[in-house]
Amino acid sequence: MRTQALPIRTPEGIVFSQILAGPATRFLAAFIDILCVGVLDAALGTALGLLQAIGPGIAQAALTLGYFAISIGYGILLEWLWRGQTVGKKLCRLRVVDAEGMRLQLDQIVTRNLLRAIDMLPLFYFIGGLSCWFSARCQRLGDIAANTIVVRTPLVSEPDLDQLLTGKFNSLRQHPHLAARLRQRVSPGEAATALQALMRRDEFEPAARVALFGQLAEHFHAKVAFPLEATDGLADEQYIRNVVDVIYR
Amino acid sequence: MILDLQRFIAAERPGWKELEKTLDLLEAEPDARLKLDELQRFHELYERAAAGLAKLTTFSAEPETRRYLESLVARAYGEIQETRQKQRRFFPLKWFFQTFPQTFRRHVRAFALTVAITLAGCAFGGLATAFDPESRHVTMPFGHDQLRPSQRVAQEESRTADRLEGKASTFSAMLITHNIQVSVFCLALGMTYAFGTVLLLFYNGVILGAIAVDYAADGQTPFLLGWLMPHGVIEIPAILVAGQAGLVLAMALIGWGNRARLGTRLREVSRDVMTLSLGFALMLVWAGFVEAFLSQYHWPIVPYSAKIAFGTVEATLLCLYLAMSGANASPIGRSHQDMSGANASPIGRSHQEKSGK
Repeated sequence: MRTQALPIRTPEGIVFSQILAGPATRFLAAFIDILCVGVLDAALGTALGLLQAIGPGIAQAALTLGYFAISIGYGILLEWLWRGQTVGKKLCRLRVVDAEGMRLQLDQIVTRNLLRAIDMLPLFYFIGGLSCWFSARCQRLGDIAANTIVVRTPLVSEPDLDQLLTGKFNSLRQHPHLAARLRQRVSPGEAATALQALMRRDEFEPAARVALFGQLAEHFHAKVAFPLEATDGLADEQYIRNVVDVIYR
Repeated sequence: MILDLQRFIAAERPGWKELEKTLDLLEAEPDARLKLDELQRFHELYERAAAGLAKLTTFSAEPETRRYLESLVARAYGEIQETRQKQRRFFPLKWFFQTFPQTFRRHVRAFALTVAITLAGCAFGGLATAFDPESRHVTMPFGHDQLRPSQRVAQEESRTADRLEGKASTFSAMLITHNIQVSVFCLALGMTYAFGTVLLLFYNGVILGAIAVDYAADGQTPFLLGWLMPHGVIEIPAILVAGQAGLVLAMALIGWGNRARLGTRLREVSRDVMTLSLGFALMLVWAGFVEAFLSQYHWPIVPYSAKIAFGTVEATLLCLYLAMSGANASPIGRSHQDMSGANASPIGRSHQEKSGK
C-alpha cells in the first residue's frame, strides 16, 4: 500500500516526515532530464564538429563516448553535486534522499542511476513506473537497490505574522477572561485553520471567501460567546482576524 | 494550549539560522571537519530544533514553520546519525591497487558462481554445436553461422587492405559503450533475484562455447585464440565481474543467511557494487581498445603467436592483480557489514572465512 509521507522517528523521539513524490511527477522530472540530455548531446555534437578537421574517425569516436558518458553521467554527477537533484528534479521540486533519513552517499547515487538500465524497460520507464506504483514508498527498482526515496521539497518559509496581525485595536482583548477561555478551548488544528484562511484569503473567490469566513466565525462564536459590544459591527473576516490575534500573540 | 508562535519564532530563529548555516557548510564541503566545540554546538542546535519541532507539532499546527523545521531537522539528523564512513576524496591509484581488487576478493564466491554459470553455458553451446550442427543458426550471433570458420579465416588472411583504416577509434568507442551497456544490464538484472543475471551469463557462455567448438572442430584453433585472446581475457572477466556485482545485489535482496532488514542489507553492499561497476567499466575500456586495434588484425599482418602471447601476458597480469594487489594493505572501502563482521551474507563472508576471521 502506497503512502503519501514517510515518517522518520529520531532516537530523541522526534518525528519528522518526508513527502513522497508520486510516479507522475517523477515521470515529468525524468522527461525534463531526457530533454536536458538531448540538449547536452546536441551541444557536444556541435563542439566535436571542430574535431572533424583533425580526423573524422577520432571525432566520431569522441562523439560516441561523449554521448554515452552524458547518458550515464548526467544523473550521477548532478545528483552528487546538487545533493540529490537534477535539472528535472529541481524544476519539479523533487529530491533524492536516503530512505532512512541519512546522508545520501555517492554509492547510492551510482547504484540508483545504473539500475535505470532495467527501470527504463521496455519503454518509458514502464518497469520503474510499475515498481513505483506498487511500492509502499514509491520506489523504482534503482531506489530499492540504493535504499533511496524521492521526496517533494515544497518551498518552506516562515509565516509573516507581523503582516497578518496588524496590531490594530482588537475588541476581543477588552475581555481578557474570555480571550483566555478562547485560547484554552481552541485546538491547534482549529487555530491553524483560521490562520491559514487568513494567509490564503487572496486565493479565494470573493463569494467563497465570504462563505468560508462566515462558517469560521460561526464556529468560533460557538466556542466562546463574547458580549455584543465586542463583536458588533465586525465583519466575519475581521472577527477571525481578531480571534487569530488573540490565539497566536 | 496554543503556542505564542511569534515569540517562539523570534526566540528560536537565530538558532535555526545558525544550524542552517552549519548544514550548508557540511553539505557543500564533504571534507569539512568540525572542531570539538563546533560539533558540540552543532549537536546542541540540532537538539533545540528537534525540541522546537516537537513543541510546534504538539501545541500549534502552524504548517509553514513546522515544514521549515522538519526540513532542518531532517538534514541535521542525516549528518548526526550517519554511521557510514564519509566518502572523501577519490584517490585513483589507491582505488586501482587496493579498493577494487580487495572488493573483488571479498565477493570471490559470487565471482566463482558467475564462472560456473558461464562454463555451464559454454558446455551447453559446445555440445549443441558438436552434436547438432544446425543449432549454430541459433547459438551464434553476428552472422557467424553464415560462414564456416575455415572460410572466414581464409577471407581474413587474404585481406591486403586495412578494413578498419580510419575507423578503428570509432569501432573501439562502439565496442566500449556496447560492452559497458551489456555489463550494466547484467548487473541491474541482479534485481530480478539474479534470474536475469544468471540467464545473461549462461547465454554468453552458450555463444562462447558454440563458437569455440565450431572453430576447433574446423581446425582453426590458432585463429580463434589469436582473435579472442587479446581482448577476451579482459572482456570476459569484466562481464563476469558485472555478473558478480549483480549476484552480490541479488544476495542482499534475497537476504539468505542475513537477518538484517532489506534496506540495511542493500546499504551494506552498495559501495561494493559501485566499486565493481567502476572496475568492470575500466576493464572494458581496455578491452575495447585492444579489440579494435589488435584483435581484428590477423596473420600475416600480426602473427597468431604474438597475439596469443599478448593475451597470455594480459591474463597472467589480470590474475595476479585480482588475486594479490592490495593484499597486504589494510582493507579499505569495505562495506559496513564487512567492517563489523556481523550478519555477512554467505557470498560476502568468503574472504573473512578464508582469512580465518
